[in-house]
Amino acid sequence: MSVWQAFIELLKRDLRLAMRRRAEIANPLLFFVMVIVLFPLGVGAEPNLLERMSAGVVWVAALLAALLTLDSIFRSDFEDGTLEQLLLSAQPLSVMVLAKVVAHWLVTGLPLLLVAPLLAMLLGMKSAAMGTLMLSLLLGTPVLSLIGAIGVALTVGLRRAGVILSLLVLPLYVPVLIFGAAAVDAAASGLPVAGQLYILAAFLAMALSLAPVAAASALRISLS
Amino acid sequence: MTDLANSTVHLQADSVECSRDDRLLFENLSVEVSGGEALILEGRNGTGKTTLLRILCGLRRPDEGEVRWGGVPIEECAVDFHRHMVYVGHLDGIKRELTALENLRVLQTLSGRGRYSVEEALEAVKLGGFEDIPVHFLSAGQKRRAALARLLVTDARLWVLDEPFTSLDVHGIELVESLMDAHLSAAGALVMTSHHQVHLSAGVIKRLNLSEG
Repeated sequence: MSVWQAFIELLKRDLRLAMRRRAEIANPLLFFVMVIVLFPLGVGAEPNLLERMSAGVVWVAALLAALLTLDSIFRSDFEDGTLEQLLLSAQPLSVMVLAKVVAHWLVTGLPLLLVAPLLAMLLGMKSAAMGTLMLSLLLGTPVLSLIGAIGVALTVGLRRAGVILSLLVLPLYVPVLIFGAAAVDAAASGLPVAGQLYILAAFLAMALSLAPVAAASALRISLS
Repeated sequence: MTDLANSTVHLQADSVECSRDDRLLFENLSVEVSGGEALILEGRNGTGKTTLLRILCGLRRPDEGEVRWGGVPIEECAVDFHRHMVYVGHLDGIKRELTALENLRVLQTLSGRGRYSVEEALEAVKLGGFEDIPVHFLSAGQKRRAALARLLVTDARLWVLDEPFTSLDVHGIELVESLMDAHLSAAGALVMTSHHQVHLSAGVIKRLNLSEG
């Protein structure tokens, strides 16, 4: 009964749950695809314009799609009482929170990452920037899930948490967006991108180490 | 993991106080329960029975006072306390999309294996044959049984139950009472609220009425 075993078991549980309600996986992905597909229809199909904006559009769409799914990290567990049981389990809560966030990212973040190059191509992004786009999303989207978990943990006890959750979380998302989109832009112009990616990696390291602890404390407050 | 024989089962709330929405629920309340004892909380709706249970199991902190497990404040021995305590609240704590078997297996991994295997526990609450059906398709009473099967799959020496008989039929209630009797005879402790009359034949039964005073 090690912590690692519990981590794996909870991760498996959440993935299994996600498989049994597939609509929830499809929802953010569909949103992501729709925003990006509709964009050229709105601003006009001028290749130069679209190519200039592609990095920003993909990143903003990914960020909003992530925001859309955040509530599902803890909401259903809160409603059926399994979150209480998690708090009362004989395992460190922060590790359990991390397992849930990892599951959430695998279910919502990873699919975005996989379809992103296709959609970026649709917007005419240079192929030189594709690698950087993937890498920036790979580093950035887990940060979105981790920061989001803190916000959800704080608001899960509230009945209508949507607006307040966005207000809490969006300011913290802005740096990720700025450096993520800047990295892709720089790659498209043939400039070095190491700086931006390092910053994103630093964000990820910080979020990985601090967010589970913060979210665990927030959950304790929300459930008391 | 099996140091339960010599680990003392003793939960003590020392002059706890709790208010909710500026309304004082109770103050200077001291209760204790040891192995072989059942503490039954009584009182009208809204007198703070559930709140007291949540304080006792550490989900909520008392405004004043302290809860101790084996003499140690529960915040300081959380892992040990949680391994030996199981809480079944108003919410079943069961995932509707998962089967009873899957639900219990996760709980068992999280809280430590007990005397019963998951299959045996489901058999004991008469859910044998339903283990592979998502809980979603079970009736309210069967769902409650699945939640109560949790009592058996871990090593819990202290059961904290909030209205365990809700939506159970007569046989279900008898069944749960017999499980409680067995638990008390094995020197386990029990804290519960109930609006039903509880018929226990084993153990020492203590009652606390929160409406008085």
